[in-house]
Amino acid sequence: MPQTIVCDGNEAAAWGVARARPDMVAVYPITPQSSLAEYISQFVADGIIKADLMDVEGEHSVLSVLQGACLAGARTFTATCGQGLAFMFEPYYRTPPLRLPIVMSIVTRDGISPQSVWGGQQDAMTVREVGWIQMFCENNQEILDTIIMAYKVAENRDVMLPVNVCHDGNYLSYGVEKVEIPDQAEVDKFLGEKNVNWHVALDPERPMAVDPLTGGATGAGPAMFVRYRKGTCKGMQNALKIISDIHAEWEKRFGRSYAPLVEEYRLNGAEFAIVTIGGMTGAAREAVDLARDEGQKVGLIRVKTFRPYPQQAMLAAISKVKAIGVVDRSVSFGWNSGPVFQELLGTLYRLPQRIPAISFIGGLAGADITIDHFREVITTTSKALKGNVPDEPIWINENE
Amino acid sequence: MKRQAKKPFDESTIPNDMCPIATKHLELKTGDWRAERPMVDRDKCVKCGTCWLYCPTQCIQEKKRWFEANLDICKGCGVCAKECPHHAVNMHEEKEE
Repeated sequence: MPQTIVCDGNEAAAWGVARARPDMVAVYPITPQSSLAEYISQFVADGIIKADLMDVEGEHSVLSVLQGACLAGARTFTATCGQGLAFMFEPYYRTPPLRLPIVMSIVTRDGISPQSVWGGQQDAMTVREVGWIQMFCENNQEILDTIIMAYKVAENRDVMLPVNVCHDGNYLSYGVEKVEIPDQAEVDKFLGEKNVNWHVALDPERPMAVDPLTGGATGAGPAMFVRYRKGTCKGMQNALKIISDIHAEWEKRFGRSYAPLVEEYRLNGAEFAIVTIGGMTGAAREAVDLARDEGQKVGLIRVKTFRPYPQQAMLAAISKVKAIGVVDRSVSFGWNSGPVFQELLGTLYRLPQRIPAISFIGGLAGADITIDHFREVITTTSKALKGNVPDEPIWINENE
Repeated sequence: MKRQAKKPFDESTIPNDMCPIATKHLELKTGDWRAERPMVDRDKCVKCGTCWLYCPTQCIQEKKRWFEANLDICKGCGVCAKECPHHAVNMHEEKEE
């Protein structure tokens, strides 16, 4: 039987992990992920999760341990954020081309310096080019459901890539909501048989060199490298369809529906739209509803899957409006804007017509993006319809 | 040494763009990089295995009465020459072919 509890986002994530039945979990605590590591430890101690739990000396070891476990055939999980993710980067970079279906929560946290232990998406956004699938959740139920779905995406034979399930530090990690924990037998049926190392394995009975040195400029080296690079790119592109299929299957089995790639909210009849990602979307929905009540023709586009980048789904959404305001919770240094905005520009190029877009940056280092903030975003974006488009990004919490 | 119990993993069972693995040796001849080659004085070698232990590429091969490097693999680092307790290994500059 499904069970309904009230819990924060980190506990919801831990329940998602429990239902996915990992064999091996390795964690190192870091705010605001720490309580997720604690919930998992508690679940292992209580027998709710029957996995080997490894407390290692740091995040570099966390992912290295999981790579070994995955190569040996284990379903694996970890979670980190911020500086922990930075310390993990070396094995993190190696995981996707090895095609290891590891699932990892990023409880997003802003980048240091200035010193901060608070929420922001700078950590996840900084590693977006490495080859991990990245999905950003809006609420605690979605965290739980997406972690389970992430295993099915990662372990799909046409994908075979690691997945980051991202949820906002502070606002989702500690925010308490009602959450339904799906029935174990139903999740088992949904996930099916596990085989994570059919393609690469640590197995003395059938030995292989994993990740041998390629041949440099001579011989088959570059061609081999290109072949594997293209393979990883192909896995990423395949994931767009697989993620959509798996979300549809989830809805059929469990009755909860999420837009797999890009969500369109009240875009019917909208003249312009705001674009959000992650937990900020709740406030944005309220602001859009209020503005609609007042007659402003505004809609909302929410990015759920940021890697692979949902070019077609985004194109379908933005082609319905005449101006866009993008709210980022992180910064793309050198572009003087946010990453979601920056990447949306690539999609705008594919539109037959030019439409204005504005970059908003808010919610850094734990700052809240409130309904009132979004109302200002809506007002500013509506002015873009009349050609009033600022050259610079608008920093939402600048004067607070 | 224990013999291999089963056949190696069959690479043809997975897509060739899936994951970088190798089931056979000598795909890459790192010996091409060598500037100096280790030469073994077969009279001095007592087969103590010191070179075999130290070689970072595990390319030392056992012959009937001596040990020597597999020159397809040996990068010429010289650890074997340095560590040989009987000074049986000497490094000689590679000549242009």
